Amino acid sequence: MSNQSSVERSTAPASPLLSVKQLRVDLPVAKGTLHAVRGIDFHVERGEMLCLVGESGCGKSMTSLALMGLLPRKAQINADCLNFDGVDLLTVSEHERSNLRGARMAMIFQEPMTALNPAYTLGNQLCEALRRHQLVSRKAAHDRALYLLKRVGISAAEERMRQYPHQLSGGLRQRVMIAMALMCEPDLIIADEPTTALDVTIQAQILHLLRDLQQEFGTAVIFITHDLGVVARIADRVAVMYAGEVIETASAQALFHAPSHPYTQGLLRCIPTPSKTLPGSRLQAIPGVVPSLVDKVEGCAFCNRCDHADERCYSTPPLQTVADRHLSRCHFAHQLANPATINAQEVTL
Amino acid sequence: MSSVAHHLDPLALELCALSKTFKLGGGMLHKSRTLKAVNDVSLRVPRGQVMGLVGESGCGKSTLAKMLLGLTPPSAGDVLINGKAIVNANQKALARHIQPIFQDPYSSLNPRQRIAQIVGLPLRIHGIGTSKEQAVKVEEMLDMVGLPKRAAQQYPGQMSGGQRQRVAIARALIMRPDLVICDEPTSALDVSVQAQILNLLLDLKDEFGLTYLFISHDLAVVEHLADRLAVMYLGQIVEEGTREQIFTAPRHPYTQALLASALTPEPGLGVPDIGLGAGQPDPTQPPSGCAFHPRCPVAQPTCSQQAPTLSAIAQTSDQATRQGNQARVACHFA
Repeated sequence: MSNQSSVERSTAPASPLLSVKQLRVDLPVAKGTLHAVRGIDFHVERGEMLCLVGESGCGKSMTSLALMGLLPRKAQINADCLNFDGVDLLTVSEHERSNLRGARMAMIFQEPMTALNPAYTLGNQLCEALRRHQLVSRKAAHDRALYLLKRVGISAAEERMRQYPHQLSGGLRQRVMIAMALMCEPDLIIADEPTTALDVTIQAQILHLLRDLQQEFGTAVIFITHDLGVVARIADRVAVMYAGEVIETASAQALFHAPSHPYTQGLLRCIPTPSKTLPGSRLQAIPGVVPSLVDKVEGCAFCNRCDHADERCYSTPPLQTVADRHLSRCHFAHQLANPATINAQEVTL
Repeated sequence: MSSVAHHLDPLALELCALSKTFKLGGGMLHKSRTLKAVNDVSLRVPRGQVMGLVGESGCGKSTLAKMLLGLTPPSAGDVLINGKAIVNANQKALARHIQPIFQDPYSSLNPRQRIAQIVGLPLRIHGIGTSKEQAVKVEEMLDMVGLPKRAAQQYPGQMSGGQRQRVAIARALIMRPDLVICDEPTSALDVSVQAQILNLLLDLKDEFGLTYLFISHDLAVVEHLADRLAVMYLGQIVEEGTREQIFTAPRHPYTQALLASALTPEPGLGVPDIGLGAGQPDPTQPPSGCAFHPRCPVAQPTCSQQAPTLSAIAQTSDQATRQGNQARVACHFA
């Protein structure tokens, strides 16, 4: 797998590019405190594609904003460790932070129309991204922008450089965003639902491009999405989030073939999959709704929707290792990971 | 009902050469441009079936839905519901037969009304029953869509997206329509909730004998729900057939590309390189000949000169034709 090759290519396999331990994000809201992210652990290796997957409100976007230092001012961020290639992101000054942002870690947002400045030409914005961080001539910046626009598949790039964001279609704008993120050759790109607003044909093209570039430049990517189809096709590793926690991490293969957390299993069962689900049959929906994160959540956050829950689930489950590099936050993780105890056909998607 | 009577039933929905043209711009210095949002669309939907309608954004799916609902008049052509043309039908009479469920349950419900008022509004407008009878009907309907009794006194703001979509479904079905236009009903919902709503739609279809026109860009969902499928590109239907015909043997290169770009949750397959080029061309200046030819991987010189017609695929059996099952495709080389 590409996962293997990209990890081998890294210079220091012992230390991950980004390591996050016990990250918490709290937001004051009218009714109290919203615990948007409740102590999550994950790491990103150099050059790998990590997918953060979860439903709306599970804290995946808050996590990405916390990493970029773009959280709302009133948000409170705590962590045992938030380390980006030797830099402690918790104590770093705002000045150093803005030197990192764009240069070493870049972000691609869901809606490129709101992320691009409507009043400047694309060439202007692309060049600014580079010249903010590096001492290069206008000409050099222009050349690099032109090269990247061509590289992301934009024809008539010279002409596009003089255009404004509104003159482009959604797919082209997202290509420009990718080019912009690559201007300084960052080590890490955080892509927050970059293809959700696009048509399926355009989505396939953008994902193809992102995967190509990621492998060519050896950039690590945190890809945030709610679409399990996308996850299956592009991820090296996956972290599944639920109610502000990472509840399962595994390689893409392991997660889809042997999910061990009841929530992951439920998610995989409830999407109609061609040739696996009978058309017109009832889908196995997950009953109930996500708990409110405004108050303290006691025990397992998923227990009120879970088929396997018993009295043990009133206590917070630890993150358990079910296989090599496969962690699950469930009291029953070992039982559920063992195909003998569950209907293997239901789980194997 | 005997099977013979059923066979003679008029189609639930029939579109005859339906078109909608918009005039854009125009002024002292600019010439106005015409946009053919829907261009000569003919479609027959038998009673009790789910017709899926797929295509990229801007292909005219929603304009088509608006014409069916009587929200915008067609520029040409006819819409027949239960065999009757709706062109001059009054909006109130039409609303008894056809109801919409929209994509965004956050903006389609009045935030300042209680759920009971929202769901009961159609009954009040049509003057059906006393207010007591209406309240009973609303309660029944909320129960059918799986909402608790107390939901009746809540406001939309107190509900989750899935619950709101249930309210929208209850409102659509309280008049017991024959035909429901579902315009991306689950694309604003999370996957775990999407499954609940799809199950509900399937249950209610059997319960009330509904016919759905199901508009979606999610091919997995359409494959799960639809009996038949129509694929639209730049205002025209380019292929139509049963679910099996479309998903197992798509004829049109656009349908093939659309199916190839659907990402199923199967790890290790990677992202397909569909080679479609950039997005749709400007719909105000559609390409000559076949509208798909600039993006088509198998285009020939004739494709840019001559527009293909949507014609029945030859191999379809006589029986299939009689049952309205014939497949149609608009491509010179299909």
